[in-house]
Amino acid sequence: MEFAELIKTPRADNVVLHRPFYPVVEGTLCLTGHHLIFSSRRQDNVEELWLLHSNIDSIEKRFIGSLGTIIVKCKDLRIIQLDIPGMEESLNIASSIEALSTLDSITLMYPFFYRPMFEVVEDGWHSFLPEREFEFLSSVTNEWRLSYINKDFSVCPSYPPIVTVPKSIDDESLLKVAMFRHGGRFPVLSYYHKKNGMVMMRSSQPLTGTNGKRCKEDEKLINATLRAGKRGYIIDTRALNVAQQARAKGGGFEQEVHYPQWRRIHKSIERYNILQESLIKLVEACNDQSHNMDRWLSKLESSNWLTHIKEILTTACLAAQCIDREGASVLVHGTEGTDSTLQVTSLAQIILDPRCRTIRGFEALIEREWLQAGHPFQQRCAQSAYSNSKQKWEAPVFLLFLDCVWQILRQFPCSFEFNYHFLLMLFEHSYASQFGTFLGNNENERCKLKLPQKTMSLWSWVNRPEELSRFKNPLFEANSLVIWPSVAPQSLQLWEGVFLRWNRSSKFLDESYEEMINIIKYNKELQVKVNMLRRQLAELETDDSTQDDGISESP
Amino acid sequence: MFASGEAPVYRPFSFRSQQILHHHIASVEKLPLTASGCPLLIRCKNFRTAHFVVGQERDCHEVYVSLLKLSQPVKPEELYAFSYNPKMPKDNREAGWKLIDVKVDYQRMGIPNDYWEITDFNKDYEVCSTYSPHLALPKAATKGTVLASAKFRSRGRIPVLSYFHKENNAAICRCSQPLSGFNARCPEDEQLLQAIGEANPGSPFMYVVDTRPKLNAIANRAAGKGYENVDNYDNIRFKFIGIENIHVMRSSLQKLLEVCETKSPSMSDFLTGLENSGWLRHIKAVMDAGVFLAKAVKEEKASVLVHCSDGWDRTAQVCSVACLLLDPFYRTFKGFMFLIEKEWIAMGHKFSHRCGHLDGDPKEVSPVFTQFVECTWQLMQQFPCAFAFNERFLFEIHDHVFSCQFGNFLGTCHKEREDLKIFEKTHSLWPFLLQRKQEFRNPLYKGFAAYKELRPNTFPYSFQFWCGLYNRFDKGMHPKQCVLDHLLGCIRQRLELEDAAAELEEKLPLADGLPLEETSTLSKLTTASTGCSKSPMVNTPQDYGESPPLILANGSLARKEREGPDCLPKSQEGLANPLGVLESELVAANGSAQLDAPALNLQDH
Repeated sequence: MEFAELIKTPRADNVVLHRPFYPVVEGTLCLTGHHLIFSSRRQDNVEELWLLHSNIDSIEKRFIGSLGTIIVKCKDLRIIQLDIPGMEESLNIASSIEALSTLDSITLMYPFFYRPMFEVVEDGWHSFLPEREFEFLSSVTNEWRLSYINKDFSVCPSYPPIVTVPKSIDDESLLKVAMFRHGGRFPVLSYYHKKNGMVMMRSSQPLTGTNGKRCKEDEKLINATLRAGKRGYIIDTRALNVAQQARAKGGGFEQEVHYPQWRRIHKSIERYNILQESLIKLVEACNDQSHNMDRWLSKLESSNWLTHIKEILTTACLAAQCIDREGASVLVHGTEGTDSTLQVTSLAQIILDPRCRTIRGFEALIEREWLQAGHPFQQRCAQSAYSNSKQKWEAPVFLLFLDCVWQILRQFPCSFEFNYHFLLMLFEHSYASQFGTFLGNNENERCKLKLPQKTMSLWSWVNRPEELSRFKNPLFEANSLVIWPSVAPQSLQLWEGVFLRWNRSSKFLDESYEEMINIIKYNKELQVKVNMLRRQLAELETDDSTQDDGISESP
Repeated sequence: MFASGEAPVYRPFSFRSQQILHHHIASVEKLPLTASGCPLLIRCKNFRTAHFVVGQERDCHEVYVSLLKLSQPVKPEELYAFSYNPKMPKDNREAGWKLIDVKVDYQRMGIPNDYWEITDFNKDYEVCSTYSPHLALPKAATKGTVLASAKFRSRGRIPVLSYFHKENNAAICRCSQPLSGFNARCPEDEQLLQAIGEANPGSPFMYVVDTRPKLNAIANRAAGKGYENVDNYDNIRFKFIGIENIHVMRSSLQKLLEVCETKSPSMSDFLTGLENSGWLRHIKAVMDAGVFLAKAVKEEKASVLVHCSDGWDRTAQVCSVACLLLDPFYRTFKGFMFLIEKEWIAMGHKFSHRCGHLDGDPKEVSPVFTQFVECTWQLMQQFPCAFAFNERFLFEIHDHVFSCQFGNFLGTCHKEREDLKIFEKTHSLWPFLLQRKQEFRNPLYKGFAAYKELRPNTFPYSFQFWCGLYNRFDKGMHPKQCVLDHLLGCIRQRLELEDAAAELEEKLPLADGLPLEETSTLSKLTTASTGCSKSPMVNTPQDYGESPPLILANGSLARKEREGPDCLPKSQEGLANPLGVLESELVAANGSAQLDAPALNLQDH
């Protein structure tokens, strides 16, 4: 298919653009295969807006006479308005935007066409290989091994080719366990707590069904992670009744009789459409232009967004608490093990492991616990808060995770190497990007699409020093401790950086951030100066003393 | 626990590093007897709640009775300020009272000038007993006009100048409601308003703002009060801004505090409770009114006359918020003190009644000043670089409004403070605060000139719940690392470094020749050995060390402390209701954990 077929009117003049925080401006609108480009030339000052079609969530069109108005609502929650003279032009442009923003073939997406203008120092596609992660693990324990059983994705289509499993379990057993777990997602290592050797594993639900099927290999695998005489916790991210209902569809949960060394805890983290609706309601509340406090609070409450945040954080804290305080190993799963499970395991690691609070470590965490672990980004992030279509697979699972990280970062502002902008950037790129990182639903799909060969990795761009500097937290002081966030409602806030970003100017907050950077930078420079002066003085004194020595010896 | 009853007055009693001033006690409640003793719940005006367990019921009752008595003295002379003795020379004490003189602020605004002057019409409280002796009035107003107008204004609180905007001659004036009833009028009052209007020749009209809900104002007409009839006054634009009365505010705070105190609420409970309390709606109403005033003055160049009923609650809030928005001076340390002196103390905000200093009518108590302090805080959230002081400065002032340790907030008006001999017998708070400027400063402050007027966003989402105040003593809920402390540490470090650099440069006249590349490697080599390299986080650690963090620590540990060693739960019990564990932990971290220790002390006594 040629993009040209979809673009009947590639260019329109005298278009008026309305967007947040900028004065209304007139200019030329161009449509290309992947971008909506607006440019105006005013007083020798060229203003340009480049918008990826894939960032467009939905559009609305209106006509007043022959003047068409297109309201473009973006996945990053921005809303812009284009006034286009000419009925036909407007209609053409609107239908082109609609078609181009909903292309269903991944290979037509921008990352396959994007040619970076920067030099790649380090190819992000190879920055976080499981083998390298495993090297770290094997330096502290020899109880685990890498299994290549899934190298052709035949055992579990949503797992990566290489997974970490207990050494004592052979591939044959893994095959049987995979048969017993939803989607073949057998329990694998998610995190090893160096401090006490406890581990966190994740999987999908066991396929016990209504007649309580069991699988000896599954029991053996899980038990292999327990120390002698120790017990473990299974954190099921579904409420008990939901887990019970799952049995009717062939799913289920680990029954006490067959897993006597494990204690099951049910938590209730919502999924899919409930989360999507929550996002839609929240964004609607934020965009409400009325000045009514009660209405705002009531809408905020009924969106349930913060309730979800609290629930996810609480479950993650619980998992971390079991590992660090109870000294027990943990298995986390929900139904498929691709959504709430990953929220919990990745947040627990942020709480427990200082490495995950560095930029590299956080990228590795996303790579490990989200991308390789098979969170279906393509499905979940297809639409954002303005989507009208009621498709069943969209859900802001990853955004909720980022929001939870933001909450922890707010409470521990000195413990993270990255800042709020870093989280915001990840949110944007997970929904629309020039990079291939978040394309596809799992490693299997990414492999088939040859993403590493055909697209650029987000990490290749982010990890360049000139980009990194924007994302560094000036307050960061490496902190090797476990950080326990508060989950009290009073401690959780709306992430204004995402949800109010286009509704109110952040000028004064940005200024204060700049000021903070300046204060810290100035101190560092002063420190350097003082050190330099001290050394000079010391040198001078030694010079003097040798001279003195020379003089005293000469007579 | 030691209730200092034998002494004639009130020294704060303290346990460990904590102390609760008797004056801070808002209520004392005896809870049902438990196995470990008789629990006593103390709620404080600075939003601390304290649980004590007293071994014997009889002791508990005695403590209860004496606390009740001590927390609400009957006679003003019993207030702490009259016995507080910081061992300061008499001259200093007197100088302290002169530190913030409202007349100086009027001078700063340029008064007296062609239109305005400071009069002594009220030197014997002839005009108004609740105003201060010095009133800023339009030059055109004669004493006769003023005295006649006073008869037409509730409690004689005539229109006087609150703030004068030098740039454009627009003024903010304040008064109480007119005694207009259904059709009464007063030519002198009309003249006075006209004089105020004419003192701003640049504007063809002035606003008259009634900060009450319209219905309330109309209801007042039946009682012979009411609001200005536009037909009787030339060139005024009349406007209602619905801020609720003191009774609504009191019960709103009550509801808010109930929400804050709820043990492990769900998110929904909390947000619903917050909404139902109406607290943020009231805060927004005050802010909206302030913004209206500031806009009128700044953008429309129009003068504004503000009143509510008596003109000492809502009017004070609104005028002071407008001042904060319009004039960067009020965002400095001294400026904020002037603002409180000018709009609250001098104009007769009834601190004694509103704060319940003495045993009195509980219906007179209302968090009017607290709301002003919160508005200031909300502005600080939106403009982090615009205020010279930080949140702790607000806490300190808020505490002392209730503490009765200093004379500033005693009584209800200037006359009463004179009668109480406040200026001879007590100390002023302000010099004590200025001494502690370093801890109260805002490291991000960009200086006086950085921002002129502030235009806050007043969409509902711009107002945050102030966890720092209403859950102030629930440390577990606050960020575990404090950016403010970190930055204050940086500022201290900066001063040290600058001194060190200056000293070294003096010894080393040739210092500046060194190339930069070399210096950066130098710093890596030597930071470890210099004192300054110690991490600023040292100032803001959470209690890591050996002991587990309070919040969300292992549930069993905290329980061990709380319930004694015999109910050490097995690990699985600790997790039986994991959510419960987490949240009870939170409570433990804020409320009981810190107060268990004194409870044990109690049993020892």
